[in-house]
Amino acid sequence: MCDQTFVAATFGPCECCGKASPLMNIYIKTEAINYCSFCVEVMACAGLTAGESVASLKKESETLKKKLEEERGKLSDIELNQVAEKVEVLGALAIKTRRVLKGHGNKVLCMDWCKDKRRIDGKVIVWDAFTLNKEHGLNLPCTWVMACAYAPSGCAVACGGLDNKCSVFPLSLDKNENLNAKKKSVAMHTNYVSGCTFTSSDMQLLTSSGDGTCALWDVESGQLLQSFHGHTADVLSLDLAPSETGNTFVSGGSDRKSNIWDMRSGQNVQSFESHESDINCVKYYPSGDAFASASDDATCRFFDLRADREVAVYQKDSVIFGASTLDFSLSGRLLFAGYNDYTINVWDVLKGTRASILFGHENRVSRVRVSPDGTALCSASWDNTLRIWS
Amino acid sequence: MTIRRARPDRVQHFRPRMHCLKKLEAVVVEMQSGVKGSEQKLNVTTIPHVITGKDIIAWITNKMKSTTEESEAFGTMLVAYGYIYPLQNHRKLVMCNDSSLYRFQTPYFWPTQKWVAVDSDYAIYLAKRNIRKKGMLEPYEQAHYNHLHEWLNHKWDFIVMQATEQYKAYWIVNKPPRRTHSAMHNGLELLIDPNSDEVCNPCRDSSVLSSSVCAGSLLQKIPFDTYRRMNLFYQQAIMSSKVKSSVSLGALNKYVATYKNHDPFLAPCLPSNPWLTDNDTYWTLNMRQVEVPTKMRVERWSFSLFELLSDLRGRDDFKVFLKKEFSGENLAFWEAAEELKWGTASSMTSKAETIFKTFLAPGAPRWINIDGRTMGLTVKGLDHPHRYVLEAAQTHVFLLMKKDTFFRYLKSPVYKEIQKKALNPEPHNF
Repeated sequence: MCDQTFVAATFGPCECCGKASPLMNIYIKTEAINYCSFCVEVMACAGLTAGESVASLKKESETLKKKLEEERGKLSDIELNQVAEKVEVLGALAIKTRRVLKGHGNKVLCMDWCKDKRRIDGKVIVWDAFTLNKEHGLNLPCTWVMACAYAPSGCAVACGGLDNKCSVFPLSLDKNENLNAKKKSVAMHTNYVSGCTFTSSDMQLLTSSGDGTCALWDVESGQLLQSFHGHTADVLSLDLAPSETGNTFVSGGSDRKSNIWDMRSGQNVQSFESHESDINCVKYYPSGDAFASASDDATCRFFDLRADREVAVYQKDSVIFGASTLDFSLSGRLLFAGYNDYTINVWDVLKGTRASILFGHENRVSRVRVSPDGTALCSASWDNTLRIWS
Repeated sequence: MTIRRARPDRVQHFRPRMHCLKKLEAVVVEMQSGVKGSEQKLNVTTIPHVITGKDIIAWITNKMKSTTEESEAFGTMLVAYGYIYPLQNHRKLVMCNDSSLYRFQTPYFWPTQKWVAVDSDYAIYLAKRNIRKKGMLEPYEQAHYNHLHEWLNHKWDFIVMQATEQYKAYWIVNKPPRRTHSAMHNGLELLIDPNSDEVCNPCRDSSVLSSSVCAGSLLQKIPFDTYRRMNLFYQQAIMSSKVKSSVSLGALNKYVATYKNHDPFLAPCLPSNPWLTDNDTYWTLNMRQVEVPTKMRVERWSFSLFELLSDLRGRDDFKVFLKKEFSGENLAFWEAAEELKWGTASSMTSKAETIFKTFLAPGAPRWINIDGRTMGLTVKGLDHPHRYVLEAAQTHVFLLMKKDTFFRYLKSPVYKEIQKKALNPEPHNF
């Protein structure tokens, strides 16, 4: 079984100010030191010393970038499809629509599965997907809900969108209760909320926003626990790592970069820049050692975290429209990606070829999600329906 | 009408999603020389350069080397985006694989021209809509209509005339039919990058911009502290440990192989995939509190400690084993530390105290055995309890469990017993 790499972020007294807090490991002239995030900021914003200028800093930045590429290149001794040569070819996949959920009056922008593997949350409606019953209906004051997430316990739902906030609604079994009254506004950003997800518990919420930052919130008090700066444009998507340490998450943005963050210190641990256009969606591989991203440049790319580089590109001449969403199957062999040309392409992750293509939607596919037990795939679309495939 | 290759670029604003449309245009330009056009007689007039759906789809299939189904979907996209418009059934914007007739749209109206919507255009649009809907406009449309009527009153005759003309002459008018994908549909589209003031200026001149020119002017306004931060990041990234590709890719390969039989998309579920057969036995057999788990589930526990702990039924079984070994405090500590990490901010101090009293204080009832250095750090950190104060200790305990206890569990009689007891349900045959 592959060994999970533990991100060894230390915690303790900062070497600059002495306060105990989560530390970032940084290097000043190749010497490793540990500073708390506040001291790092102070250091970064300190005025230009003699001999430095914007141009010299820029040149230093470029040389360092080249050096990083060199270091990465030294260890890349093999490509993914070479490794996969011995893997047997996938048999033909027979995936068809098994259920169609109609009931939204308007475009469905996002959805999420509940842990008990049956219910899905659309824009506003909680469905029991198997029996096609609608369990709850929520009315939100904001018209564009762009992100929604189910709490791990199944008792609450978080939604956010163009109203710059992310609110948590507790779900109750009593259908007559006015759920809107119990709404709790948790996150406040200065621009729209593009993605949200609960961490391992109901008590914390991670959000990404159009203002270029991601933030971790405490649900009970609405307090901001940690914020993550580093993207130079809107952050469009985020995903939590599934590993047992569960301390990192990946975010992708309009600046074509995808970054890995450490939740404890707020530090940007790794960064990948190889897409040619906005990254619409990022998702971790089930083992937690890799992730994939879907972009407007019509490709999906696969990045390995331990080798620190891009290892596969999933593209085809006939696929011209941008991919807006993606998800892995349970074993990680299949990658389902939804595109703006109304189709879902199924890629073989290891071999890099397309395994299948799913038709059926009549408008853009806005979100695809595999159920937690892996038995089905749900796709939400701008044609007002959700389809379950199996 | 032939499409000239050299087209003047009008009003190019910063619009990232145009990336795919540019590729699409390249295909359309090739297509117009590839697909045969002919003349179509209609009453007294003839429509030149008409192409059939069949020909288009055959050309696409040939060029992209794809299936007919895929070419049909691609053709529908071309119609939806307005590059080709249907002559007969213009309400339904799909490409049909038969002899239905289409024409190429002039580049003047291609979506990539990115015209700034001018008020009089919008007024004409509203007037047409008014005519079509016989006065029943949406409230916001009505409000805009009234406002424009007031403001553009001097040209209102022109606007109404344009509207009626355009409304009458369907195929003669070159404007894309309504309900075509318009810029309004791209919800997150912004004409100007909102972060541009901080980082760069959007390039607004109407001359053609190559991406390198744009990038050059983009970098001008990056302030020095951003460079500092980038440098810090690069230095850290260079120094961070990396693994050889062959090693990590091999690990990925192994992961896929291990889980292959557990993936419902690749191997059949036992007894049956509920979505396929409408029978939810699979779910009832795999519920949280089931007395006897299925064989597949038990097999999954052996993959890694993480799998074992995340399946709560597996965790229970592990606890039974630990009780027999009298080493349950490790798992209990790990669970308590998880609760602290993910708990509410207000309960932090009280939880930290209980954990200290139960697990860490010398002579505590469930004292865990960790090395002196970690213990020292943790105790010191507990003076000012922070969410991640138990991080080091928790990792140490987890590694201990993973490298030692877990393997002993797999060889233990507890696990072997549950393996024997585990169900192997018969596959349903419907």
